[in-house]
Amino acid sequence: MPTTATAAAAFADVTASESTLRRFLHGLPGVDAVGLEARAASLGTRSIKTTAKAYAIDLAISMIDLTTLEGADTPGKVRALAAKAVHPDPTDRTTPTTAAVCVYPDMVATAKAALAGSDVKVASVATAFPAGRAALPVKLADTADAIAAGADEIDMVIDRGAFLAGRYLEVHDQIAAIRAECGDRARLKVIFETGELSTYDNIRRASWLGMMAGADFIKTSTGKVAVNATPANTLLMLEAVRDFRAQTGVQIGVKPAGGIRNTKEAIKFLVLVNETAGADWLDNHWFRFGASSLLNDLLMQRQKMATGHYSGPDYVTVD
Amino acid sequence: MSDKTEQHRLSVFKTYKLYVGGKFPRSESGRVYEVTDSKGNWLANAPLSSRKDARDAVVAARKAQGAWAGATAYLRGQILYRVAEMLEGRRDQFVREVAEAEGLSKPKAAAQVDAAIDRWVWYAGWTDKIAQVVGGANPVAGPFFNLSTPEPTGVVTVLAPQDSSFLGLVSVIAPVIATGNTAVVVASERSPLPALSLGEVLATSDLPGGVVNILSGKASEMGPHLAAHLDVNAIDLTGADDELARDLEIAAAENLKRVLRPRAEDFTASPGTDRMTAFLETKTVWHPTGSLGASGSSY
Repeated sequence: MPTTATAAAAFADVTASESTLRRFLHGLPGVDAVGLEARAASLGTRSIKTTAKAYAIDLAISMIDLTTLEGADTPGKVRALAAKAVHPDPTDRTTPTTAAVCVYPDMVATAKAALAGSDVKVASVATAFPAGRAALPVKLADTADAIAAGADEIDMVIDRGAFLAGRYLEVHDQIAAIRAECGDRARLKVIFETGELSTYDNIRRASWLGMMAGADFIKTSTGKVAVNATPANTLLMLEAVRDFRAQTGVQIGVKPAGGIRNTKEAIKFLVLVNETAGADWLDNHWFRFGASSLLNDLLMQRQKMATGHYSGPDYVTVD
Repeated sequence: MSDKTEQHRLSVFKTYKLYVGGKFPRSESGRVYEVTDSKGNWLANAPLSSRKDARDAVVAARKAQGAWAGATAYLRGQILYRVAEMLEGRRDQFVREVAEAEGLSKPKAAAQVDAAIDRWVWYAGWTDKIAQVVGGANPVAGPFFNLSTPEPTGVVTVLAPQDSSFLGLVSVIAPVIATGNTAVVVASERSPLPALSLGEVLATSDLPGGVVNILSGKASEMGPHLAAHLDVNAIDLTGADDELARDLEIAAAENLKRVLRPRAEDFTASPGTDRMTAFLETKTVWHPTGSLGASGSSY
């Protein structure tokens, strides 16, 4: 990954030691929390109708990482999910496929086999998801296992304990180590679990930390805590990737995950993307939704636009 | 307000609002329309609901449906009886609203309200009895119990009668929810105020939010969207005129909704069970009777 190498080189002096890294991260401008939330809320009031809405719905479907991360996941459930990812609406073949399915490492092989021949990627959570509380060798083995099974994308969690304790270099080095493990075989998404980072300042610091360490994507959350993706924290991360590209020329993706359940919310996020990072990010290579129930609502809205009458949950699959 | 002491007070007008999902929202569209009494004098502004309000109401009704149908018939009866109790406490308000809406004298309006309250009680009694009347054990030629039980149809859209603003309204809502359906009600366009006030009563009667959702506005505007809505299971066209009823019946055919056609109806007469059975499905189960030895059934 030459681009990542350039970015890493650009920040070589910053990441040289714990103190330089801390000075850099704490030197980032503080976040105006009220302004950020007001901005996110005001962008959420845009009314997106007719052809723009149809475009947004199809775009949102194509950006979904269709996710199942339950202890009760079975091969059958993963295969059903894979089938849905390839043909979200079997009654309408013009429906785009989702971007990926997102599963635990032990389900990667099942998902890979079920998705053979399609463009849908397999993403796997790794590094002791969702808590991230394991030693680095365990996390590396977890990652290697998922990649060996055929994962195209790795969703890693950062060590929030180390981050909140101020051991930024340790977090950085762990991300870099996972990055090295992924090599050019898999894209790396770094999950910050914004709901556990307490402040917007921390989210901004984590975003820069992740990007400097070589993330291909920065992702809000695991979906396992009370507060997941919100418009405000996603807006903040979009600002970070915008600024990062302006500074280094390297484009990083963003993935809000958890809590986005309906079309209206998804379209609000797309407005945020367009107005903050820009149209370059309106593509499933650079923006994703981590979601499961969102897809059904998008499909119902899509059916509404096609037929003119409201659809219902009887007309989409029960997951 | 002719009382001298009251003339010094500023009038406190009531803002009539919709009742959707247990809450009292204004119309999403922000629109209202003027409601007048039978002589054309202004009474209040009522929300002019849009199709999106109707959609939200269906979502609320669907969400409430499982738990309401799953509640015991006994509990549903208790709650409906509670509605009657609450109505009794606000009887004077409803008498005034019905008198203004329909141009009736106070005694005649009071008779309507009393009949409506009695009707809630009557339907409250039916919740745990309708199964015995329309269900049963069927004789079959085999070693099975064969049992038929009535099940609620689901989400029912009710176009309330245009003329009978309260007794008629109660007579169409109560039978729908008594059996475990949830309702999206479009109130009488000309006299919606008793219906909107009924929402306030329902909200304080232990009735779970979303079981009854009350919208005011034009049946001709919301009707087509509700009739074509794939997540609505049945539609009661009582308040639709002939032309609208025909159009809505055609739209309702799309997902095979149950349709109750409008008909001449005297709401003061004893209602019978027709309105309940119109929104019931019959579930029949076959259950083996147990060990089948050489001597045949053990039962």
